[in-house]
Amino acid sequence: MGNSIEVKDLTLNFGSVSVLKNMNLDVAEGEFVVLLGPSGCGKSTLLNCLAGLLDITDGQIWIKGKNVTWAEPSDRGIGMVFQSYALYPQMTVRGNLSFGLKNARVPQGEIDKRIARAAEILQIQPLLDRKPAALSGGQRQRVAIGRALVRDVDVFLFDEPLSNLDAKLRSELRVEIKRLHNQLGNTMVYVTHDQIEALTLADRIAVMKGGVIQQLAAPLEIYNRPANLFVAGFLGSPSMNFLKGRTVDGGRAFQFGSTKIDLAGYEGGAVLERDDAILGVRPEHITVSTVPLSGPSIPAEVEIDENLGADSLLWLKAEGTNMSVRVPVEGRVPAGTKVHLGLDIPKASLFDAKTEQRI
Amino acid sequence: MADLSMSSAMTGPRGARPKRALSPRNIMLYGILIVVCLYYLLPLWVMVMTSLKGMPEVRMGNIFAPPVEITFQPWVKAWAEACTGLNCDGLSRGFWNSVIITVPSVILSIAIASVNGYALINWKFKGSDIFFTILIFGSFIPYQIMLYPIVILLREMGLYGSLWGLVLVHSVFGMPILTLLFRNYFSSIPEELFKAARVDGAGFWGIYFRIMLPMSLPIFVVALILQVTGIWNDFLFGVVYTKPAYYPMTVQLNNIVNSVQGVKEYNVNMAATLLTGLVPLVVYFVSGKLFVRGIAAGAVKG
Amino acid sequence: MASTTEAATGRQGTEARPRARWTRNISAKIAAIPMIATALVVFVGGTIWTVVYSFTDSKLLPRLRWVGFDQYERLWSQNRWLISIENLMFYGVMSLVFTVTMGFILAVLMDQKIRFEDTFRTIMLYPFALSFIVTGLVWQWILNPQFGIQGVVRDMGWTSFSFDPLNNPQTVLYGLLIAGLWQGTGFVMCLMLAGLRGIDEDIWKAARVDGIPTWKTYVMVIIPMMRPVFITTLVIVASGIIRLYDLVVAMTSGGPGGNASQVPAMYVYDYMFQAQNLGQGFAASTMMLLSVLIVLIPWAYLEFGGKKHG
Repeated sequence: MGNSIEVKDLTLNFGSVSVLKNMNLDVAEGEFVVLLGPSGCGKSTLLNCLAGLLDITDGQIWIKGKNVTWAEPSDRGIGMVFQSYALYPQMTVRGNLSFGLKNARVPQGEIDKRIARAAEILQIQPLLDRKPAALSGGQRQRVAIGRALVRDVDVFLFDEPLSNLDAKLRSELRVEIKRLHNQLGNTMVYVTHDQIEALTLADRIAVMKGGVIQQLAAPLEIYNRPANLFVAGFLGSPSMNFLKGRTVDGGRAFQFGSTKIDLAGYEGGAVLERDDAILGVRPEHITVSTVPLSGPSIPAEVEIDENLGADSLLWLKAEGTNMSVRVPVEGRVPAGTKVHLGLDIPKASLFDAKTEQRI
Repeated sequence: MADLSMSSAMTGPRGARPKRALSPRNIMLYGILIVVCLYYLLPLWVMVMTSLKGMPEVRMGNIFAPPVEITFQPWVKAWAEACTGLNCDGLSRGFWNSVIITVPSVILSIAIASVNGYALINWKFKGSDIFFTILIFGSFIPYQIMLYPIVILLREMGLYGSLWGLVLVHSVFGMPILTLLFRNYFSSIPEELFKAARVDGAGFWGIYFRIMLPMSLPIFVVALILQVTGIWNDFLFGVVYTKPAYYPMTVQLNNIVNSVQGVKEYNVNMAATLLTGLVPLVVYFVSGKLFVRGIAAGAVKG
Repeated sequence: MASTTEAATGRQGTEARPRARWTRNISAKIAAIPMIATALVVFVGGTIWTVVYSFTDSKLLPRLRWVGFDQYERLWSQNRWLISIENLMFYGVMSLVFTVTMGFILAVLMDQKIRFEDTFRTIMLYPFALSFIVTGLVWQWILNPQFGIQGVVRDMGWTSFSFDPLNNPQTVLYGLLIAGLWQGTGFVMCLMLAGLRGIDEDIWKAARVDGIPTWKTYVMVIIPMMRPVFITTLVIVASGIIRLYDLVVAMTSGGPGGNASQVPAMYVYDYMFQAQNLGQGFAASTMMLLSVLIVLIPWAYLEFGGKKHG
């Protein structure tokens, strides 16, 4: 079997509250899967179920071809890294790394060897005899990763490991985790609410909401072809512009207020004529012009102009809808200017307003 | 413009605001607090002074006045010679009884309650919270309603009247407050630490002894203070569940002081009272803020 | 897809067999046996046992010969019991009012960023570390008519001065109160101080910017915010008062005049262990339970009713 983790029909209820609903997820050997979603979506819960820290209500969990549904956490062949590091405060770094191995009665020589290797990979050799309290946040998280590393397991579970770090450290460690994955080739399941982490680290992202995986796909696929309105709105900053309107001319055009937008080049299913449709366009897929464009263009007025350094954001109002557009710094337009917007239809997404699904 | 604002800024108040140490407010404040403290200290003063006087001086003098002639005779008598009924070997017997009651009771009650708190936080099982709720409600129920059923239980176990029976009773009645104390403390330890230990393959006892215990020494000290003073000060359980030979110090003290026969020796009585209060007082003064934490634990909502 | 057969075999296929529900976390359940036994056998079982036997005519030994409410009728016709209840009500109300108001005022004084706070607190709280027996005996001595306060004042020349609360049935409860307040007010002060310290500093800043006088801030803002602290304090102090026993034994043994300072706990003890009339003791202790429930149930309702806790 090529799958490292298989989740089959997993259901978890707390009392009468259903937290995870009939979930299926396969993670391939060596794959890096990120569980992404807002707080309360069940992503951490799913990870705890994989680790065996929560008893599931129904379904199965297989890891490395073994049914571990009822196995103890330590018997599942997993290592786990926590948000708060969860280092044992009264033990030295070495003690933290060896605690699990001693519980598993690994011989001392083997323990030393594994600790030396993990310390080398993570460059924490000088810290081995310190207590966690004497370490910085970044160092603590390295040790926490080391604790998973020494277990010599195939599957690593990360529960928002970078959320407690400041922005600079976070990006450093993010790169380091990516490097670690390239170097070790372990299967990794990584929970986060940070879309940058998700987009940069993942082979595949599972976007979750309400205990259900909304979309499971490669990062670019998720970004460019979101499966539904939730996924489209959750990824991207600022989020995708949603234009409410209807499709006309047998599905060849989109009527937005007084403007009719030609849908030629749209990549998706049969559009048909729908009374309630939403056209989603990312801020960077809109062009702004002070003179009318050749094709159909949406008239708009700039309300605020934000300079972000590398580029700038224009906040506009078009047909009564608030929109944001990302433009190069030299393309800035002062507030109050009347402009015309052109949309990059091949990169846009069209949704059915009732089902909220992509068309 | 600039000049104008400069000059007006210089005429008004400048620099640090003047402070007065002896403001009327402060005199009132400290005055009241000092008077209150005198009320609190008065009994301690009277106890110490009386216990250091000879009986003639007690009869002649003022209970608030320091002794003219200091004598430790009342202390010796209270410790070694004072009579309760037919026994005339002083409070020392009660002291040692209290020691051998308190030590195992404290150890047993803390051991049970700390495991309870740990299980309630980290190893919840169906109904565990119900038992805890019963326990907390039980701590408000008057002991009197459980006095006799416990007599029967102890008699069935063959422990009625023995020291171990009393140890068991103290462990049972110390359980609600201590369990609450430990439960609240353990709930402040990040749950991820517990999860990490489980992934590392530690079990119920492994996590308790290797992870939780070393992290919780302060709360064990708080529990220790709470139990040592609480059990040492107990009177009711001592009277009900032990034989006169095993009476704890409080019971014996009351019997000595309130015995009707003989001439009242107030200096010996006060020495005996002080001796009985000495253990909790020492614990209190040594422990300082931890004692406050212990008693406040009862008020912390679970 | 082979997934259906896989799923079917997977259930029984590997060594991870389903464990019976009760063997899950077996160590935790074994470790909880003392707690479960205490809760069920002693607290629930003991209470029910006593209530049940309060309807029997048990004398020296408990026996199940039903007499209905006879014990209660007898209880409420006993002068001694009526005095006990009256005493407890008087002592309880006075004690609650004084400990809570004095405790709060002292806590406010302590909260004025004073110096030597630790010293003041240490002095106010030390009586709480002492037993009621020690407390009772000390105050018995200080209130001794011959050598105590009355004697000292008379020696100073005011020969008609009279202050002998413990030997006068009309005033004996005030004597108990003096000792009880001495022992317990520091504790209430500490609870109140913790409550005051738990209030957000910004409330004070906002009140100061708004120009509200300090006393008004206390009355209008702080006290309402401390409602939970007051309620918890009341419950703790009240459930302690109902148990009042040691202090009376040490100070007055229920006297003077035999009954003047009797309390229910003493009645229970005497009937159970001295007068060998268990039925009366059970009935009296059931009445004590009832009085606690009257305090406890509204509190539990206020604290935990509506919102889920745990």
